[in-house]
Amino acid sequence: MNYLFSLFINYLANFGVPKEISYVVFPILPFCIVACALIFVVLILVLAERKILALFTQRKGPNRVGVWGILQTIADAIKLLCKENIEPNVTDGIFFTLAPLIAFVPVMVCWGIIPFSNEFDFISISTSALLFSVVAIMPVIGILLAGYSSNNKFSLIGSVRAVAQIVSYELPIIFVILSVCILASSLNIKDIILAQVSVYKMFGWYIFPCFLGFVIMFVSSLAELNRCPFDLPEAESELVAGYNTEYSGMRFALFFLGEYAMLFASSAFIAALFLGGFISPFGFYLSEKLFANNILIQIFIYFEQAIWFFLKTFIVVFLIMWVRAVLPRLKSSDLLKFSWKFLLPLSILNFIYICIFKYVVLVGGIK
Amino acid sequence: MTNLLKTMEINLGPQHPSTHGVLRLVLELDGEVIKSCTPIVGYLHRGIEKMAESRSYLQYLPIVDRIDYLGGFFNSYAFCDCIEHIANVEVPEKAQYIRVLCMELNRIASHLLWLGTFMLDLGASSPLFYCFRDRERILHIFEELTGQRMMYNYFTFGGVRWNIPDAILDSISVFVADLPNCIKDYENIITNNPIFISRCKNKGVLSKKTALQYSITGPNLRASGVALDFRKSNPYLVYDKLNFDIAINSECDALARYKVRISELYSSLEIVRQCLDYIRQSNDEVINKTLKPVILNIPDGEYTSSVEAPRGLTSCTVKAGGKNPYRVKWRTGSYYAVQLLPELINNSEIADVMAIFGSLDVILPEVDK
Repeated sequence: MNYLFSLFINYLANFGVPKEISYVVFPILPFCIVACALIFVVLILVLAERKILALFTQRKGPNRVGVWGILQTIADAIKLLCKENIEPNVTDGIFFTLAPLIAFVPVMVCWGIIPFSNEFDFISISTSALLFSVVAIMPVIGILLAGYSSNNKFSLIGSVRAVAQIVSYELPIIFVILSVCILASSLNIKDIILAQVSVYKMFGWYIFPCFLGFVIMFVSSLAELNRCPFDLPEAESELVAGYNTEYSGMRFALFFLGEYAMLFASSAFIAALFLGGFISPFGFYLSEKLFANNILIQIFIYFEQAIWFFLKTFIVVFLIMWVRAVLPRLKSSDLLKFSWKFLLPLSILNFIYICIFKYVVLVGGIK
Repeated sequence: MTNLLKTMEINLGPQHPSTHGVLRLVLELDGEVIKSCTPIVGYLHRGIEKMAESRSYLQYLPIVDRIDYLGGFFNSYAFCDCIEHIANVEVPEKAQYIRVLCMELNRIASHLLWLGTFMLDLGASSPLFYCFRDRERILHIFEELTGQRMMYNYFTFGGVRWNIPDAILDSISVFVADLPNCIKDYENIITNNPIFISRCKNKGVLSKKTALQYSITGPNLRASGVALDFRKSNPYLVYDKLNFDIAINSECDALARYKVRISELYSSLEIVRQCLDYIRQSNDEVINKTLKPVILNIPDGEYTSSVEAPRGLTSCTVKAGGKNPYRVKWRTGSYYAVQLLPELINNSEIADVMAIFGSLDVILPEVDK
């Protein structure tokens, strides 16, 4: 961020703006970037999901609004915005309105934590990996409130399922994150990514020593995101629409937006921990070759890093959508059993294995 | 009072994504465990039995297709068969083969739709599209043959309305050759899927005794280990000349019902193949013109015709007299399956309701009539 920050201050200083004001105004810039990028990415994700599912089921998917259906999501979004905000009579008024916001805002914070390139990390603290995992489960409070305040039995069951599910799948995730942190000797996501730079190029990524962890993390993320096969909180064949049964219009759109933005954030987190985040798979950056003599090469590299990051994230997103196309839904009791009796012990074993691996191979404990 | 505080009553339906229409289940939940279940039917009641009394036979014939919209041919056949028996009219053999061909194709279409919606109930969306893709081919064939996709009105008193053109026979043979590969595809993504098995294995166990007590018929009964298939036990039409197996499974659970229906797809294909061979080389009439449908006036009489429909035994009882039936009574398989629900889903979880209900293959128009 420092590079952008200095650019920003110098730019404003040209117009005679005092440094103090620049300091205060600066955070608005990353916020705007995150907000715009989030909306844009969600629009792409929704379209991508529909197109990918259509691909798997031999359909065409959206193809009417715009070329190749590109504007379909925008049309849907406008429709949602124009819809009446129906609020049932007996809801718990404040919480009913608050719930979508509580479910959405933490997702934006998550986006801020992820370092999209060496420079674009908006909330940079030394324990950002832990901060991410804490903030990432906060939407569940919104889901619980939504279920409680809707005064609808389907919503209530859905939200209770969501809480049980997210709490029980958080533990395997934490153990996997810890094992990656041990590999990188850091709790900062950017340091974890940079620790994956190695002479072996893409074989330095942590997916190779910690493949088991990647699988556990992937499965648990599916559960945390309420994605198939763990989409119990909104299992439409059982609970109508789960916790958002009573929501319509913009309130529903916020849940929807939050869900897809979280899908992207979680995938980005997986990409950062296991797929080397923003580092190039070739061991060098293409812009180093292409723009070798350009003064702005630094900026080009940052953007290239962001592109690599997005590509890797979309690979994870694609995997998640692929799973959705194939698998049926688990049962709620099986789901909890699967986490407590299988994933959690496995993730602890993985943690121990990574500790030994780190001690023996990387630190060179045995000479 | 304590019980009231502990349990939650929930209305599943009549407008609910997975009740296959308008079934209403009043469930008493303790957490997610179902303590009691009361099915309430009748939201789609159209008075199809009463309608018969004010209509001539010909006017009533298109209506019977609407009883089970996924198996129109079966209802149509049951009604025609009653009239033919009361009027004592022989149906030409080729017409009988065409009827069998249509009914077996219809059974395949119905089972395919069941497979898709069953998987959708379990949360898998892709199989639905695959099944609809293949079902669509059957519907295209039916549309070419009868002019309608689902409400065919093709069988008539004394035979079928017109002969099958050779082009349609060809497209049926192409379809029959293709379908086994498609079924293998479904099985690849469904049958050995651990999640699917965990959702279906030992869920909704329907013992032989209970099944017989509740008059369950069709694939549901055969999945409980009772080898009762009306095509074999009391052969109607030309089923006694055809060579086919009936699928039996004695595991009694939802998985067994799935397996039985999958093997029924294969046996129906086998029947279709044999019918195709006969129809190709036969030059018979397809309708016995002694009955004049428009001015049909048949002698007093009563007859019950039973058909092995995709959802169990469908039987039609007609008490005829003069220009319109005095009374028509329909018996359909789904109605009995719905009454079975409390027996099967008590003490299971809410997620199991969908697996069990879906595995019974209930469609509501057939229940309410």
